[in-house]
Amino acid sequence: MEPMAIVSIFVLSVFVGFEVVSKVSSTLHTPLMSGANAIHGVILVGAIIVADHSKTNLELGLSVAAIILATINMVGGFVVTDRMLEMFKGNKK
Amino acid sequence: MSRTVYDLIGLAAGVAFILALKGLSHPKTARRGNLIGAFGAGLATLVVFFYANEGSSLPLNNLGWILGAIAIGLIIGVPAARKVQMTQMPQLVALFNGVGGGAAALVAIVEYLNLGDKATTAVVIFTVFTVIVGCVSFSGSIITFMKLQELMTTRPVIFPAGRFIIAATLVSVLGVGGWVVNSLGTTPLLILAGLSLLFGVLFVLPVGGADVPIVISLLNAFTGLTVAASGYVLDSTLLIIAGTLVGASGTILTRLMAEAMGRSLFGTLFGAFTAKPQDVAAAGEERPVRSGSPDDVAILLNYARRVVIVPGFGLAVAQAQHTVRELADLMISKGIDVAYGIHPVAGRMPGHMNVLLAEANVPYDQLAEMDEVNPTFGQTDVAIVIGANDVVNPAAQTTPGCPIYGMPILEVNNAANIIFLKRSMRPGFAGIENELLYDPKTMLLFGDAKASLTKVVSALKAL
Repeated sequence: MEPMAIVSIFVLSVFVGFEVVSKVSSTLHTPLMSGANAIHGVILVGAIIVADHSKTNLELGLSVAAIILATINMVGGFVVTDRMLEMFKGNKK
Repeated sequence: MSRTVYDLIGLAAGVAFILALKGLSHPKTARRGNLIGAFGAGLATLVVFFYANEGSSLPLNNLGWILGAIAIGLIIGVPAARKVQMTQMPQLVALFNGVGGGAAALVAIVEYLNLGDKATTAVVIFTVFTVIVGCVSFSGSIITFMKLQELMTTRPVIFPAGRFIIAATLVSVLGVGGWVVNSLGTTPLLILAGLSLLFGVLFVLPVGGADVPIVISLLNAFTGLTVAASGYVLDSTLLIIAGTLVGASGTILTRLMAEAMGRSLFGTLFGAFTAKPQDVAAAGEERPVRSGSPDDVAILLNYARRVVIVPGFGLAVAQAQHTVRELADLMISKGIDVAYGIHPVAGRMPGHMNVLLAEANVPYDQLAEMDEVNPTFGQTDVAIVIGANDVVNPAAQTTPGCPIYGMPILEVNNAANIIFLKRSMRPGFAGIENELLYDPKTMLLFGDAKASLTKVVSALKAL
């Protein structure tokens, strides 16, 4: 990919990331952290890609470990966040 | 599937992540936001199986291994997230974050081994970054997990010449990083991973228990950045977007959390090295405290006009949220004005108490935030502190140099009477003695919070 395109994507993502969470109440700090945590579990995609082109047993072993860890991060993260937020239901004034 | 379609679906997942973070910032949309995020992540994962990378073909190589590994991850991750107690959620989040960082580091290592001599300098630099930060996030998160799970001391761990050891480790991490970029060898990369793991441990050890949530949030932002860097290595726009979003929003969130606790981020991370030694003599000597019975507490409450309940981690441990609501309802039925004073960082994480009380269906309008409730303590007859300590410790206002100095507190010391429900005289999570316990207007009710509250409820009913 073009270096300039990557820099643009990076800088714009930084600003979007700053903007979307800048006014969150402290009540939601924990679920928001947990949700963001689950989102970076998308490294699972990267782990699958490297597993696909692993050539040696070492590479494959490490990618399998990466897939396991990434799946725990992603799926566990979303489930635990949902459980936290479940507690807020029926709480609307 | 063509690259264009693949990239478009990746973009859709990126947009889903933005909407997820946006949704998670508001109470009404939070749950939906999380589901949108999960949808985006699921979509992104699914689509990888239908796109052949350059020089590769469908179905993916090692497909059995890939699916098997995902199944193992599901078998470990889902029950852990389903069964965890509310009190242990913070450490589970820390653990999930750590394994994410570990996964990013592993991905970078595999890609590095795979590319061999073909790797460009830019790719190697991003690989080095991912390995360093991913490993720091992994080992650092394990230490935060152990602190929160109380598998190790929650106090800051300070060792002689600590800051020099940490600085030396950091310098060697950077040095070895430079070596990897120059030599492209496998051995230096493994040394780099080892040193980074060590640095993660050393970096988190000196952080005091009460500040651990801030560190988890910071490591979360770190992991985000490693995901972005591995996106560059793997030429995946989606990973760059998702990782950067988490890195940026995580940084802001870390700052907001530090502000809610009245701490500077710098003070949180390095405070243990600069703080003056505490006056520990007071902890050793026996001083008289006034302890009461559930009946004493019930009588005090019966004749109060205004009562403020201050919940803390002890409430979560005892699972007493339903009992406390029962007590509040009973007092309201007797015409007593009842409010819950919620400190933003009571418990082990910001918002912990709101979540816990929401589970017991405590009406939202009875929950008062710190700024609302503090001016009212002067007109409050009884403040009931349930398993909280540091968040009501006046030392935060009166003792410069103590680890929580400067943290905003709930000023229960202004109430006419204070009741502490405690298991023992042990100090709070930050390990600081609380003078308020020895105050003449304080009454202590020892025991498990739920058992004590149940007794108070029945005593109050009998009056």
